[in-house]
Amino acid sequence: MDTVLGIDLPTWWFLLIGALISGYGILDGFDLGAGALHLFFRKEQSRRIALNAIGPVWDGNEVWLVIGAGALFAAFPLVYGTILSVFYLPFILFLVALIFRAISIEFRSKEPMRWWHQLWDVSYCISSIMISLLLGLVLGNLIQGLPLNARHEFVGRLRDFFNPYAGLIAITVVSLFMMHGAMYLLMKTEDRLYARLTIIANNTSKFFILCFIATSNATLIYVPHMTSIFKSHPELFVLPMAAVLIVLNIRRSIEKRQYRRGFISSSITTALLLILFAMGLYPNLVLSNIDPKGNISIYEAASSDSSLRTMLLFAAIGMPLVATYTVFMFWTFRGKVKLEEHSY
Amino acid sequence: MDNVELLSRIQFAFTIAFHYIYPPLSIGLGVCLVVMEGLYLKTKDKVYEELTRFWVRIFALIFGIGVATGIVMEFEFGTNWAVYSRYVGDIFGSALAAEGIFAFALESAFLGVLLFGWNRVSPRVHFMATVLVALGSIFSALWIVVANSWQQTPSGYRIEGEGMQARAIVTNFWDMVLNPSSLERYSHVLIGALLSGSFLVLSVSAWYILKKNYTAHAQAAFRIALWVAGIAALGQLFTGHKSAEVVTKYQPAKLATMEGHFEKSAPADMYLVGWVNANEQKTTGLKIPGGLSFLVHQDFKAPIHGLNSFKPEDRPTAINFVFQTYHLMVAIGMTLIGLTWFGLYMLYRKKLFETRWLMQLFVWAVLLPQIANQVGWYTAEVGRQPWVVYGLLRTSDALSQAVKAEHVLASLILFTLVYVLLLGLFLYLLNKKIQHGLDVANNGETSSRMNPSFLPMIE
Repeated sequence: MDTVLGIDLPTWWFLLIGALISGYGILDGFDLGAGALHLFFRKEQSRRIALNAIGPVWDGNEVWLVIGAGALFAAFPLVYGTILSVFYLPFILFLVALIFRAISIEFRSKEPMRWWHQLWDVSYCISSIMISLLLGLVLGNLIQGLPLNARHEFVGRLRDFFNPYAGLIAITVVSLFMMHGAMYLLMKTEDRLYARLTIIANNTSKFFILCFIATSNATLIYVPHMTSIFKSHPELFVLPMAAVLIVLNIRRSIEKRQYRRGFISSSITTALLLILFAMGLYPNLVLSNIDPKGNISIYEAASSDSSLRTMLLFAAIGMPLVATYTVFMFWTFRGKVKLEEHSY
Repeated sequence: MDNVELLSRIQFAFTIAFHYIYPPLSIGLGVCLVVMEGLYLKTKDKVYEELTRFWVRIFALIFGIGVATGIVMEFEFGTNWAVYSRYVGDIFGSALAAEGIFAFALESAFLGVLLFGWNRVSPRVHFMATVLVALGSIFSALWIVVANSWQQTPSGYRIEGEGMQARAIVTNFWDMVLNPSSLERYSHVLIGALLSGSFLVLSVSAWYILKKNYTAHAQAAFRIALWVAGIAALGQLFTGHKSAEVVTKYQPAKLATMEGHFEKSAPADMYLVGWVNANEQKTTGLKIPGGLSFLVHQDFKAPIHGLNSFKPEDRPTAINFVFQTYHLMVAIGMTLIGLTWFGLYMLYRKKLFETRWLMQLFVWAVLLPQIANQVGWYTAEVGRQPWVVYGLLRTSDALSQAVKAEHVLASLILFTLVYVLLLGLFLYLLNKKIQHGLDVANNGETSSRMNPSFLPMIE
């Protein structure tokens, strides 16, 4: 099999897509979290500041979703088609929520009426929560595995997706993003909104830690296949340990009011949780919970070697560019938010 | 056609037709913005700065809806067309991923600077952001059209596997990208986008000129957009002809459908207007006898394959529909050439802005490129049926197997509701921005210190 630097091409793409999804989780994660917290801010001024904290960057953050989905389509088309068609309605709702989030941000400032602002504030908050919940729901079901028969055909029903474990993961994702968003907003705000956010950060981090403990236990008990890798490779156990330490560090940062550190910690938490998920999965992309032959491995799902190789070259050129734009964007809009004539 | 197929096709056509209002507008407007802001940097004239700021706000509105509806398209390939996704993932997926990484990332990142960076970066860096956003949207269109063109005229691939397991594998990346129709179709789409953006500027400016608001600004913007539109309209004649040649060579069934030509092999007429009766295999209307033969082979007698040359299952079904959309596109194209060049002539005669009926015409002409883009796209996509990948994969075989008709119906209803709301809000806010007008220091009534030598005009 074709390898680059000793790693085979499908594995390269498994890693790259993992990196893209982590990038999306970290970047749009704080946008979604800020959105989910939006209705907690009472004053018009506070809401405007919170909105403008993500105003110039959220569109660039969403690009990571577009690239991640495009990369999954290109590298593992079988999985792309399977996951999206199996989760048909959840993904359609996800798309509608993405539309509503985008237009809420865009339209809110366009009219002066109070009811108009209220309307888009509610739409912004609900769509942000919906996006996070649906991502969590899909993730929760992927962790448990899907009812795929030996020919990778889906034989389940829509209502099976709504199970307690997937619900728990969905709530965990919301709590993680809310905490992450609060930390981001703390870096961008001052005065009264800042003071309010310190309380919100404190509460959401406690909420997240509760979810984190519940999720860890539920996964150990109900989804043992996700943890079997640690039996064969005990040295990898360092990763879940690191996750625990990083999560504790979030609390520590909040108590010491070092929110930049807290933000970095919640970013790493997002990435680590996805890495743990990926480790439980590899070398599969989709697990079957009824027939191990139904598992879709990266080798079965991969595009041709020549296509993966060309695309890898594209990624090697393109990803540093995308990273550069992202850094440039955050650098341009660094510092606390000041409302001005172009603000939302 | 079963319900899942019918509903999925309606959903895809509906969502893409709606999406396709916005990216052409933002591509064309992006180019106009580059010219406006470039002129501002060069002349330091306030008029251009105020113009740029006004049009950037409208650009943001259009771009926002374009992105929101564009993400839907990307996911629909997987949700509704899973078999198709697997079949073309190697190729179509690569182009789509390249679009994300090389184009969409560029435009989205610098859009923030374009909208919010006025006081954060220097005018030069701001201009650079405008150029990068415009370039990003032009590259975006490139990759999307490449992906679509491969479906129309596949090349640089081989088929691996059989039946439902079959898939296309890239054998030569550049053959895939530069497939026989890529460049012709891309230039045609890009010019269509320039027309739709520049006609928006023309329409709004003409309205201000009629209302005697912001006259200096509106006239400056009108001149810029009229030049862009005039050159684009002429260019479209050329790319349109090139596209027709490619269709003749690679998609003969589509060509026969476009002209309602049924006989197996006979000289084909070219219709100016007409009506196709597919059951009786008859086309009636105003025609140039042998015109299509002449256009294709420079010979009025040269035989052309008609629809009867193809197996019934390989012919498009909506023949009159494709005929009408194609002819409407051509008619609008010709109208746009006449309109823009008459406008340029009147500009040369220095009578343009005083000719009220012409200004009124330009206010409404904004709809023409929009209609032409839509019907042109219907011609290309409906004309290619029953294939989703021409000659390789039938649309009816490309569907997701796991999706139920009632789910597609539910999503279709949902998208319809959301998009109707979206269109209403878009038109309302666009109108409001236009009514609100430009933020200018002196209400634009007094002339600024514009230096005519920098203006793109023949006065």
